Amino acid sequence: MSIDLLSANHAAAKAAALAGRANRDGRGFGGGVYPITPQTECIEQLCREPFEKGELARVESEHSAMAVCIGAALGGARTFTASSSNGLAYMTENVFAAAFYRLPIVMMAVNRTLGPPWNIWVDHGDTLLLRDSGWLQLYCEDNQEVLDSILLAYRLAEDARVLSPVMVCQDAFVLSHTMMQTDVPDQEQVDRFLPVLDLPHRVMDRPVTVGGLDFPHETEAHRRQHAEAMERAFAVYAECQDAFEEVFGRRPADPLVGYRMDDAELVVLSMGTTAATARVAVDEARARGVRAGSLRLRMFRPFPERQLREALADVQRLAILDRDISLGHGGVLWAEARGTAPPGCLVQNYVIGLGGGDIQPSHVTDILTGLAALDEAEPPRIVEIGA
Amino acid sequence: MKEATREDCVFLTEGRDEPLLRSGNTNCGGCGMSVVLQMFGRAVGQRSIQMVIPACCGIVTPGRYPDSAYGAPVVASTFASAAAVASGLAQVAAMNGDDTRVVCFAGDGGTYDIGMATLSGAAERNEDILYICYDNEIYGNTGGQRSSSTPRGASTTTTPHGKDVQKKDILAIMLAHRIPYLASVSLAHAEDTRRKMEHALDTRGFRFLHVLAPCPTGWKSEPADSIDLIRLAVKSGLFPVLEAHDGGDFVVNIEPEMSSEALERYLSLQGRFKKSGLDPAEVGAAIRRNWQRLRPGWAGEVGDDGA
Repeated sequence: MSIDLLSANHAAAKAAALAGRANRDGRGFGGGVYPITPQTECIEQLCREPFEKGELARVESEHSAMAVCIGAALGGARTFTASSSNGLAYMTENVFAAAFYRLPIVMMAVNRTLGPPWNIWVDHGDTLLLRDSGWLQLYCEDNQEVLDSILLAYRLAEDARVLSPVMVCQDAFVLSHTMMQTDVPDQEQVDRFLPVLDLPHRVMDRPVTVGGLDFPHETEAHRRQHAEAMERAFAVYAECQDAFEEVFGRRPADPLVGYRMDDAELVVLSMGTTAATARVAVDEARARGVRAGSLRLRMFRPFPERQLREALADVQRLAILDRDISLGHGGVLWAEARGTAPPGCLVQNYVIGLGGGDIQPSHVTDILTGLAALDEAEPPRIVEIGA
Repeated sequence: MKEATREDCVFLTEGRDEPLLRSGNTNCGGCGMSVVLQMFGRAVGQRSIQMVIPACCGIVTPGRYPDSAYGAPVVASTFASAAAVASGLAQVAAMNGDDTRVVCFAGDGGTYDIGMATLSGAAERNEDILYICYDNEIYGNTGGQRSSSTPRGASTTTTPHGKDVQKKDILAIMLAHRIPYLASVSLAHAEDTRRKMEHALDTRGFRFLHVLAPCPTGWKSEPADSIDLIRLAVKSGLFPVLEAHDGGDFVVNIEPEMSSEALERYLSLQGRFKKSGLDPAEVGAAIRRNWQRLRPGWAGEVGDDGA
């Protein structure tokens, strides 16, 4: 174990390499890699990492990067790739395919605005585009969480009860290019945490067709099985937290992370690094005597609906902050989470920080003040921060 | 009627425990792709293979889950992804020392069109893959639309009056990648077919086989004529039977007769060339131009059409 000064991109690459090496006594490590800002440093670092039994294909597109992961995973290897924004959009067909093959692929996604016009800064719209893809999605708040989440993601994805790919999401530049002190575990620890992968449906000599033709009856059964696996993922996630803590001595965060929620009446719900900013605003509000609190949704898929309902049970006013917009509706998080608020709770959507607009604590303070003064919920508000 | 016994089918299983294309497959009668699979299965023999088949006709072939009419493991990939999925499989097989060959089996849509970037990438990386393109010159799976392999003058559902541009030269494209081995394969020439398939199976690095595969449904031809059509395509010079190693010069394996009679018969046996008013003399001229390119300095003196 060592404390290194790492960007989240490098932290992700270190985690993937540790996980990949942990499968050296199995079928090894593989995957396809393709550059895109602001993820590129991750795959560059990965290409510098030594592997006893590992191979990366430097492919010609994101679509093929995921296709190589699919092939390598079906060959039994532990697999990784990384992408962002339009790269994820281009990859989409194979993102769905990876999940439908039920392959435990782990992908690091740097959240970046979709273009054109081209914008390289943070926005959650790219990974939310993939919310229905059958992947689990974890959104991170700092670099340590990125590293830990990738290690945890492999154990979660490869568990026979889940057997689904996991996307670890982090905010462009706010994390991807920001150096933080990061605890990098030893190989021996990771070896203990991640058993060798034994994919039950790996391609061998049996004459089966993987991913052939389904009729409605088969598709219904396949989707139901996948949905059940997603439901089981909550319990498996908790087991992974325990196992992680036992090996590494720290506990990865829950699917839903509360801050000063005990008697909170006025709450901000957000994802990613927005939550760190929200906590500062909550502290300020508390100092003024306002019973404010913050909730960070770390796991977007499967969606922790029960946990949200419990956390919101006594909340009177809820601001849902979306760094994304489903055009023609509103924020995606708002659309999904507003139904978990108790009857009588005023829920207001604020779409804020689109295209990387710099969300400051004062913006959240203004939102809390405005939320307290609302007579009734209004249509989603687009907050324009400007440069 | 007497039921066929296993012994009756021995020609399908030569050297294998079971044929590569088993009963229960969904292919049409006279499908050239079926013949490719039967020939390839015999060439494979006791070798272990893993196939990657994109969403071309070949992935309808095995039938409904969980059945599979393929006598080998198959990954059904997304349409554009065969060569990339195969790259992953092949890399993992290599790092584990598996004695298997990873084989892509794709139609012209999955090769010339949507799969072109993926194919080019895998060829440039010299992945250890055998890529077989069964070229039926049409999107057969979706009911017969034009592809960039459809020849000039052929009617399809999206070129009802005949396609007005010529087909891509896939072998030239692949030759430009300077891969270890590539060849065009005429199913009407069984020994040449067998030799090339075996050579391609046992060469390492990226190998590409281009097989003309008649589609009676799309070509509006008689199922029984499929092999004859290939023979006519070779005789006329329309389908050059070639091979090349490491980006070197093409070697001609079957000498064409440059027969205009064969060309006219090839065109007349297919309903797809009826509507466009295609002039066989123009096709013949294009064929001669192609051969002059294949054999620089050659004046096209062979055969009556070139005389």
